[in-house]
Formats: sequence, C-alpha cells, structure tokens
Amino acid sequence: MKFYHLLLVLVLLAGSGVRAQHTLTGTVHTPQNKPLDGAHIHLPKNHGISMPNGYFQIHPVATGSQRVVVSYIGYKTLDTLINFYNDVHLEVVLKPESTRLQEVVLTENNTVSQNTVHEQRLTTATIEKYSDATLGDALKELPGVYALKTGTAIVKPVINGLHSSRVPVMANNVRLEDQQWGIEHAPNLDINTAGRISVIKGANALQYSGDAIGGIILVTPLNIRKDTLFGKSVLTANSNGRGSSLATSLYRGNEKGWAWNVNGTYKYMGDREAPGYVLSNTGNREGNFAGDIKYTGNNYDVNASYSFYNATIGIAKATHIGSTADLVNAINNQQPSVTEPFTYNINNPKQEIQHHLAKMEYNNKLSNDASLNLKYAFQLNRRKEYDLRRGDYKDTPALDLTLITHSAQANWKKYLGDITVKSGVSFSLQNNDASPDTGVSPLIPNYTKTDAGAYGITSYRFSDNLSGEAGFRYDYSFVSASKYYQKSRWNNLGYNSIFDHFITGEQGTQWLTNPEFTYHTISASLGIRKRLNDSFELLGNAGLAMRNPNPSELFSDGLHHSSGTIQLGDLSLDTEKAVKLSATLLKKGETFSLEATPFINSINNFIYPQPTATEATIRGSFPVYNYRQDNALLTGLDLNTNWNPVTGLQHNFGFAYVYGITTSDNEPLIDMPPLNITNTLRYTIRQWHSLFVEVRSEAVFTQNRYPDNNFYTDVPQDGELQQVLTDVSTPPPGYHLLHLSSGLQLPMGKGLAAINLSVYNIFNTAYRDYLNRQRFYTDDAGRNIQVQIKFSY
Amino acid sequence: MKHLKISIAALTIFLSLAACSNDDDAPFVNEEEVITTLTATFTPQTGGGNVVTLTSRDLDGDGPDAPVVTVSGDFTAGATYNGTVSLLNETVNPAENISEEVFEEGDEHQIFFQHSGLGDFTYADTDVDSKPIGLNFIYEAAATPTSGTLTITLRHEPNKSAEGVGNGDITNAGGSTDATASFTVSVIN
Repeated sequence: MKFYHLLLVLVLLAGSGVRAQHTLTGTVHTPQNKPLDGAHIHLPKNHGISMPNGYFQIHPVATGSQRVVVSYIGYKTLDTLINFYNDVHLEVVLKPESTRLQEVVLTENNTVSQNTVHEQRLTTATIEKYSDATLGDALKELPGVYALKTGTAIVKPVINGLHSSRVPVMANNVRLEDQQWGIEHAPNLDINTAGRISVIKGANALQYSGDAIGGIILVTPLNIRKDTLFGKSVLTANSNGRGSSLATSLYRGNEKGWAWNVNGTYKYMGDREAPGYVLSNTGNREGNFAGDIKYTGNNYDVNASYSFYNATIGIAKATHIGSTADLVNAINNQQPSVTEPFTYNINNPKQEIQHHLAKMEYNNKLSNDASLNLKYAFQLNRRKEYDLRRGDYKDTPALDLTLITHSAQANWKKYLGDITVKSGVSFSLQNNDASPDTGVSPLIPNYTKTDAGAYGITSYRFSDNLSGEAGFRYDYSFVSASKYYQKSRWNNLGYNSIFDHFITGEQGTQWLTNPEFTYHTISASLGIRKRLNDSFELLGNAGLAMRNPNPSELFSDGLHHSSGTIQLGDLSLDTEKAVKLSATLLKKGETFSLEATPFINSINNFIYPQPTATEATIRGSFPVYNYRQDNALLTGLDLNTNWNPVTGLQHNFGFAYVYGITTSDNEPLIDMPPLNITNTLRYTIRQWHSLFVEVRSEAVFTQNRYPDNNFYTDVPQDGELQQVLTDVSTPPPGYHLLHLSSGLQLPMGKGLAAINLSVYNIFNTAYRDYLNRQRFYTDDAGRNIQVQIKFSY
Repeated sequence: MKHLKISIAALTIFLSLAACSNDDDAPFVNEEEVITTLTATFTPQTGGGNVVTLTSRDLDGDGPDAPVVTVSGDFTAGATYNGTVSLLNETVNPAENISEEVFEEGDEHQIFFQHSGLGDFTYADTDVDSKPIGLNFIYEAAATPTSGTLTITLRHEPNKSAEGVGNGDITNAGGSTDATASFTVSVIN
C-alpha cells in the first residue's frame, strides 16, 4: 500500500520570553481544510482532543523537546518532536490513509523506483552555505562536478569534464538562455531562489533537452503545498572582499487556493585578496528579485513567476593584456602586473549582466492517473562587457548583447499501473542582437534561432526489484545569422567558393553574409534500475545526445584579451554526437551509504579549439585557435561515501577522476579537471542547540595530462628580439586546502536563529587552479573568515 | 477536450509569433579604435643625414594579414634627430589620428623604445603629471656604425610611477600593449 507522505507544518506563533510552562494550541484538519472533530493529541504527560472546529489547547507543557502524536481513525498518524521554548501553535494536516500518491514518483520501501536516472541533490544547508556565492561554488560539493572559474565571482559548473553548452541549466523548469556558450559567462541566476538543486550526469533526462552531452543542472524554487506562511533571511559577512550579502524570502504555501513567494538578494563585495596581494578590481555586486504566485484548484493549478538577476562583476585588471609579450611577462613574473590598494570600486574591465525570466505554467490533473503541463517562458538577457579602452569609448562596452528567448512546452504524463508514459513537445524562438554602438565588430553576430522538439519516455516496473526506462527525442533547429567578415579572413578560413552563397553584400574590405543552418537531431535514452538487496541498488544508463555547434563555435572571429589568442569559429562544423554509458551503485544504510558512478562518454565530432598557427598584428603575433572536430573519449569515476561511526559524528568522502583524450591522436583533452578528493568530518551535538563543528579537506592533484599548446613569441630582451617560450599548457601544481566551520541554532522570538562561523582556506595557502582562466596572472583568493546568520520566522 | 483546444490555440499563437521574426541585416560597425599604422619619423637636427621614417601598417587590424614594415633609410652616426610617433586608424575614411587621443590621455599611455646600442632616446613631451608620453622624443644616434632592432611599443595604462619607467625602461611598466612594431635599422657613417 502506498501512502501520502505526511505533510506537517509548524507555525510557531507565541509570545517571547522563556518560561517553565507553555501552552500548545492548534488545529487539526484534512488537506481540503475540513476540521477534524475528536482527533487525539498526545504529549508524554498530557493529552487533549480537538473540538468540532478542529481547535485544541493543552496546558501546561514543560520546557524542552517533547514528542507530540496526533491521530484520527482513517488518517495517517502524525508523530513528531517539538522544542518548547515558548507557547506553540501547531497546524496539523492529516492525510487520509487510503489516498494514493499521484504526482511524484516516490518509492515505497519494498519496490524499486521507476526512475532510472540518478539525480544528485544539494541539501538546503549547502545551498544556504553558499548564499553569498554562486551556483557553481555550491555544485562543486558534489563529486564529479568541478568549477571553471574566471577569478572568484564567475563560476561555471563542469560535469564529468564538460561545461558551457554541454551542460544546460534548467531554472524553474525553463532552459536558461544566458549566452552560456562563453567560458566567462556564469549561469545568470541567484542561488537563493533555489529550493532544490540537483545534477543529472548524462543526457538521459530527455524531457528537458536532447543535447546535454555533459549533464544537466536542475534548479527549482521551493514549492510548498501546505497551508503556511514563513520567512527566511540569511545574512553573510566575509573578511575576504570585506563584503556581505543578504538574502530574504517569504513563502505563503497552500494546499488549495492562493500561494506565493517573494525572494530578494543583495550582495556587495570589494576586491578579493590573494595571500600577499590585493586582486585589484575583483569586487562584485548583485541585486536580485524573484517572485511567484500560484492558484491551486481541485484538479489544476496555475502559476506565474518572474525573476530578475542583476550583477556587476569586476575582472582582475592584471588579466588584461595586449600582446603575447605581455602574456609571457605575466606567466614568468608569477606576480600580477597591477596591484592597487583595496577598494570597493569596480572599474573596467567588468561585466554587467541582467537576466529576466517570466513564466506562466498550467498543470491539469486530467484524471486520477494522468496529468498535463503547459508552460510559456520569456527570457531577456543583457550582457555588457567593458574593456580598457581609449578616448570616447572608455565607458562604452566592447561587447553588448541582447538575447531574447520565447519558449513554450507541453508535457503529458500517464500512469498505467507499472507503466509510466511521459511525452511532450517544445518550441522556442530566440533572437540575439549585438549592438553596433560598441565600435567593435561583435564577437557573436545577430541571429535568430527557431527550435522545435518532441519526446516520449516510458518506464516499466518489471518486478519489485527491477524497472526500466526508454526514451526518444527529436529536435529541429534553424539558425539564421547576419555577420560581416573581413575579406582577408573569409579567404583565410577557406570560405570562398564553399560559402559564397552566404554573401549578401559588400562594404569596403568586408563581406556581409547571411549564414543559415538547419539541424535535425535525435537523442535516446535507455536505463535500468535493479534492487540487489535491502540496501544495494544498481542503475545502468545509456544515452545518445546530439548538440549543434553554438554561435561561438560557428562565428567567433577575433582576439581574446585575457587569453592572448585569436579564436576563429568554423561555419562547416557538424553536430556533436555523444554516447554515454554509466552505472551507479547505491548503498543506503544507517551507518554507511555509498554512491559510485563509473562512466564512459564517447563523443563523435567533439568541437574544441585547436592551436593552428600564429598571426602577426600591430600588437605583435598571437597564436590562432580554430574550432576543430575530432572524436573524443572521456571516462572516469565519481565516488561518494557517508559514514556515521558513532552518534553525532559523520564522515563524508568524495572522489572524482576524469580521463579525456582525442581518439585520432591520443592527445589529452585540454581543461580536464584534475583528480580531486574531499574529506569532511562533522561532529554534531544535538542537545547543545545542534552545535556542529566541521573540518573539510579539499585535495586537488596536479593535472599531468594536458596537450602541449606552448608557442614561441618574440620578446625584446636587452633591446634585441628573442624567441621566448610561452608556457600556456603546463597546469599549476596541485594544492590542499582546509576549511573549518561551526554553528549552532538558537530559538529567537517566534522563530529560530542559526549562527555559523567558517574559515575557508585556514592556512591562507597560495594556489592556482588549472580551471581558473586567471591562473596565468594571479593566485586564487586566500583565506576568508565568514559569519553567517540565518533567521527563520 | 476543452483544455486540448486551449493548448492548441496557445501553440498556434506562439507559432505565428515565431513566424513573424525579423531577419534584418547586421549593421556595419566602423572600428574607430583600431590602430593600423604606427609611424616614427626622425628629422635630423645636428650632424646631417636624411629624414628616416619607420612604418608598420596592418590594414586588416586583427585580421590574418601581417603588418607591412618599412624602413626608409639609415641613421647617421653621431647625428641628433627630433622624433615623433604617429598612430593612425586607416580602416576608416578619412583615417583617424589616434596619436591625438593618446596625447589627450597622456597620463594613461607611454611609448617605449627598446634596442641594444643604437644610441640614446630621450622623451620630449610630458603628460598632466609631468611624466613622459613618448609621442615626441629626441634620438642621438650611436657615434660609431652599428645595426640592430628597434622595438617601439605603446602601452595602455602602464604604471608610470614604477622604477625606471620614467626613463623609458619597460620592465616594470605593466599595462597592456596597444601597438608594437620592430624595425631592423642601421647606423652608418
């Protein structure tokens, strides 16, 4: 038999002050808000019965933690522990025992889940811990997820060695369209809007997309389906950056009728500091808002939501170079060329980003075992990147893009006993506008993109111990771009004669072109989930994913100031095709649990930038990287264990390794996360206000497998030009960091206050990370002492 | 069934929205900031000799074509030259004079002359902070014949207070290179 999970809400409404005796009041009702007359409320030394309006009152109740049991025949019993420091008001919702679970695929203990795709979730505590940081920082806590950084504040998640366009982010069930092709473009969303963050490593979640070659990140807001009102504020203060952040949210949940929530975040940080010097111009600001309103009827709900992300991020001034001679100097000096006294000011270079997301969603329970979901979303992304420029252009961004995306989706789901069928269609229309006011030929041209897709997934429970899932998806995509090419570049790329049909005009030394591409892609998934015994489960997944070249890979055409390279797109790129096989072994237990995921990802036509030549310009010569395609293979293992040797003590171990090569020449893939191991030891004393002390060790090994892209460049030395080796390939040495955190929870007024004190990088270790784009120029930020106070009310 | 109709209607509206997407041509961007041409002109003051002009011209900016470097002639040993550096953007018509901008923002720019034994370069201009810029300079050619490479570099936002920078030593200058050119020159009798 299946039960509803009991839904319980505590609304702590009472006078303040600590007294020895308290009163427990409350109401008992059904999910439909019908009062239950005669429900029993038991405390260890006392009891009461609810009145016809559902109301009850029990007095006296002693201070401290007490077990409270609420029961009513035909309804699932509520059994909970409540801390009595004040008078307590309890709103109890009892669920009928006979009701079957409809919406969520939750497993009962004695049958295997039909869900063969494994989602790794971040706990609420982890999300709150990173309240002042980014999504990428928080996700790094999961083994197999690494961070691709530009400085401190721009963090992109890397899943099993892949990132950017290969790792779509679903924000509030909408695919985030925020110029994600760029390595220096972090996901434009506020971590504080997330109620749940999870990662699916692989392309098997076809209901979201068919091109998640690396994996997919799901960020969903808190959804409260119970009658309640509560709020939460997290205030964080940091020593490094000398700044703080405040995140506040208010939730009005409801079983039926209206529910809403609002959410606001403000962050203000100055220059970060590395051990020994200030990282000049690395401050950042963020002011975000999110809200949603929802109406739940008898068998449907309608929901409208809006979120706004607004960030200004300083880029370390030392990373701005003009020539390869500057780059050689930076690499060889091992010290930033610019260090200025600490400041909160953010000057150029910097990024200004705004992202609006508005969504309308409608869910209908068509029958007891079928449901329909319709949604429409509008996204507006504005990205301005400011550089160090001369004259009238000082305050003009060098890159100014406006990306507008409309998307609509319809999803249908049906349960037929042991079979579940999901299917749906999606459409989207996207328009990118590159402002000509920048005075720079845009890196990404104007384009429009139309996408349409359809999927079907079916899962079947073969027995209590075995279930399987198979899915198929088709996507259509049409891209039409408008771009000027220098004639010399057009010929140099070999486009003359092959792509002459794209030329629509001429302006001096440039061709006006209208490249158009049509793509048809298919993706498929196959999964099984086998329960081996009471504690072990094995999941096996095979997925086929296809990804079309992104605008950067097709159209890039120019110099990247921070890497000192000329990057050139290629109009002849084909769709990337990946087959990923993975297995997950899950062990669940009281004292020991384990999760191990070995994987192999074989990618056909893997698109990557390959050094091909050097080009001379008036700023000196630069290495040229062309986007090329080759077959690639990524394989590795993610491992996570959790051990509770004695009560209160918890040990967590995380291990991730990935091995990547291009198969034609067995050359290592660039930017593969090095082997990393984390160990966390946490001791909790529940009776002392849940006091905890945690030590976390983060060991990142040296990446010894990397392609040799070093080149020689002319640098004047003692007045004469010398050929100097520019070592852009050798990864920095591995490093080990220790972090300490501790905290406790205190009752405060009507609510609860939690205070945490953390020290990140206790020993102020100087290090550089292989996947930080600023590693040629500066160390990573050093020690940070952080105080975090959280109020729940 | 009603819901199905609503959904179909919604999708139809959406698709018709999609159909009327515009397909405008990209506007042409005049890249006014690009430096295509660096010219150093040496006019003899004492010791005789001819005007020497060194030019590096890259008409496609960051495009694939390499800069064309020309040296008009040789320097005369022991002679003193008044020198100027001019920077142009020749991708626009008429060409834009970038040197004027550099002069106006002299405190954020400096030109450096790197060579080995070709003679002495002395700055002949100053910014608002009385620090050198390098658009105007004096060159005293070596007393005896020699030859070598002269590298002229324009740095944006250098640290003009760093040690040696005021005397033309680029080592501690930092900043980013906006233009650089190397010329093979000779000093003859």
